[in-house]
Amino acid sequence: MSHETLSTILFVVFVALTLGITFWASRNTKSAADFYAGGRSFSGLQNGLAIGGDYMSAASFLGIAGIIALSGYDGFLYSIGFLVAWLVALLLVAELMRNSGKYTMADVLAFRMSPRPVRTAAGVSTIVVSIFYLLAQMVGAGALVGLLLGITSQAGKIWTIIAVGLLMIIYVVFGGMKGTTWVQIVKAVMLMVGAALITLLVLGKFGFNLSGLLGDAATASGKGEAFLTPGLKYGTEAQGIWGKIDLISLGLALVLGTAGLPHVLIRFYTVPTARDARKSVLWGIGIIGVFYLLTLVLGFGAAALVHGKIDKSGNTAAPLLAQEIGAQVFGDVGGTVLLAVIAAVAFATILAVVAGLTLASSSSFAHDLYAHVFKRGDVTERQELVVARVAAFVIGAVAIALSIFAQSLNVAFLVSLAFAVAASGNLPAILYSLFWKRFNTAGAVSAIYGGLISAVVMVIFSPVVSGAKTAMFPDVDFHLIALSNPGIFSIPIGFLCGYLGTILSKEYNASKYAEIEVRSLTGIGAEQATGH
Amino acid sequence: MTVQHDPSVYERIQAGEQFQELRRRYRSWAFPMTIAFLVWYLLYVLLSGFARDFMGTKLFGNINVALVFGVLQFVSTFLIAWAYSRHAAAKLDPLADELRTAADSRDEVGEGAK
Repeated sequence: MSHETLSTILFVVFVALTLGITFWASRNTKSAADFYAGGRSFSGLQNGLAIGGDYMSAASFLGIAGIIALSGYDGFLYSIGFLVAWLVALLLVAELMRNSGKYTMADVLAFRMSPRPVRTAAGVSTIVVSIFYLLAQMVGAGALVGLLLGITSQAGKIWTIIAVGLLMIIYVVFGGMKGTTWVQIVKAVMLMVGAALITLLVLGKFGFNLSGLLGDAATASGKGEAFLTPGLKYGTEAQGIWGKIDLISLGLALVLGTAGLPHVLIRFYTVPTARDARKSVLWGIGIIGVFYLLTLVLGFGAAALVHGKIDKSGNTAAPLLAQEIGAQVFGDVGGTVLLAVIAAVAFATILAVVAGLTLASSSSFAHDLYAHVFKRGDVTERQELVVARVAAFVIGAVAIALSIFAQSLNVAFLVSLAFAVAASGNLPAILYSLFWKRFNTAGAVSAIYGGLISAVVMVIFSPVVSGAKTAMFPDVDFHLIALSNPGIFSIPIGFLCGYLGTILSKEYNASKYAEIEVRSLTGIGAEQATGH
Repeated sequence: MTVQHDPSVYERIQAGEQFQELRRRYRSWAFPMTIAFLVWYLLYVLLSGFARDFMGTKLFGNINVALVFGVLQFVSTFLIAWAYSRHAAAKLDPLADELRTAADSRDEVGEGAK
């Protein structure tokens, strides 16, 4: 049996299992709290696994292993930024949001301020961030399928994207947060087991001698010791000082972006109390941290064992490594099986992450824009949920259509844009509204739009879009900024706009701040679990 | 999401000594620690950009400073997360519970916030 057949069988098993879970969850998804927040009845460990499932996207699994395999140490920089970022979420955001919000990020902002302008801004930025992230995953799915399932025709790729899109729509529309969370949990366990197995085999092959593995990787890469130090990919000497500023900019966007990502923020609402939100982030940090340490071994292992075979993007490094190490340890059949397992895990990963993103954006559309902005709160829970499901369908369809036309877009560009926009547009507004007494409507609106617009505009005029061989439009050149990641400017701009907007407006509501401060720290009046 | 209760209840709790102590305990731990780990992380990013010879120094075998520094970022993240959970369980949760129980028993806020 070929690995393509076996991968397809494993993937079908995963899909069948998760669809079963989804239909089971749909029978228990009746209220808004069920659909948006899974009834707030997940345990800390369950939600911690789901946090890992949401966060360990195909970009971080295949992407980081691939960057390490091709450019050595620099891939590790990504992992570190992605992990440290969770401390911002743990110390400053998770518990306070759980205590003071309800379903979306905007709940926390709208609490203190004039709800309509603030919800509009937060809803727009949630949908923008989620769609960029969603596109990256869907485009990645199209690219991967050719490599993993042997589907190379254009039509085959399009059908794969459509299939991924339809599945995610089913997960979200029927299963809501409960179904989506279970999909994340199943996927997180599969991914951890798969990555741990291959890591053990690779380490075993090198007699558990990490130094030997690194030495072989450096030699095989042809770059020698430079392969083990930073600077082959990001902020290279050839790029000069702007290259190094770009590296810092990327580092900032990674570490500050996570706590502003909408699909991460809504995870905190799925547990009964703030204490469980804390526990879930602790579990999440443990799972994600261990996973990134595994990808370090996978990346260097791929460099040492299969260096010549990896494609230019690096995405095939982990699957090829699985095949090689399986074949070396268990013979050819073992290689086929391991490759099939990793391919199936990669698809499960994409499917789970796109479902999480679709849920975040459709929730924000229904709860923030439809219920509170268009209908001014004059809407029944039933109507709101119908809109949320329709929105999930529409957003899914839009994502399918866009990703078919966006096949040539650079995946890393879309992900870095999502992180930069989240760090510049969402994080300043969230932190100000939780901690700054004077913060007001004008401040929140200017923080979100200021950060969002400056990040997007800077990316449009960056070498990522034009003026470079690797750009989206390599044949034209309208780039004005040498930075490919806008974070180093757009994040301070977001904070500054929030500050200026606040002090230039006279609005100030001390009693509302008292309420959010007391509620966020004590949990008084927090939303209760609906329980099952 | 209309809020029906009198907001001055929260202002009274906020002004109370117990809440001020909770707020102080939370902020005096979380804020300096956030600055500390961000500085520690930025130091790592800056060294990766500007001090590559230092980062490439071999410590034992092929293990160099860059790798150890990177793994130390993981270790510090795990430690800070663990320390925060200890701090919160010992110093924050009991106070928050007391304040919440007191508010519930007075029935001033509890259900009103729903």
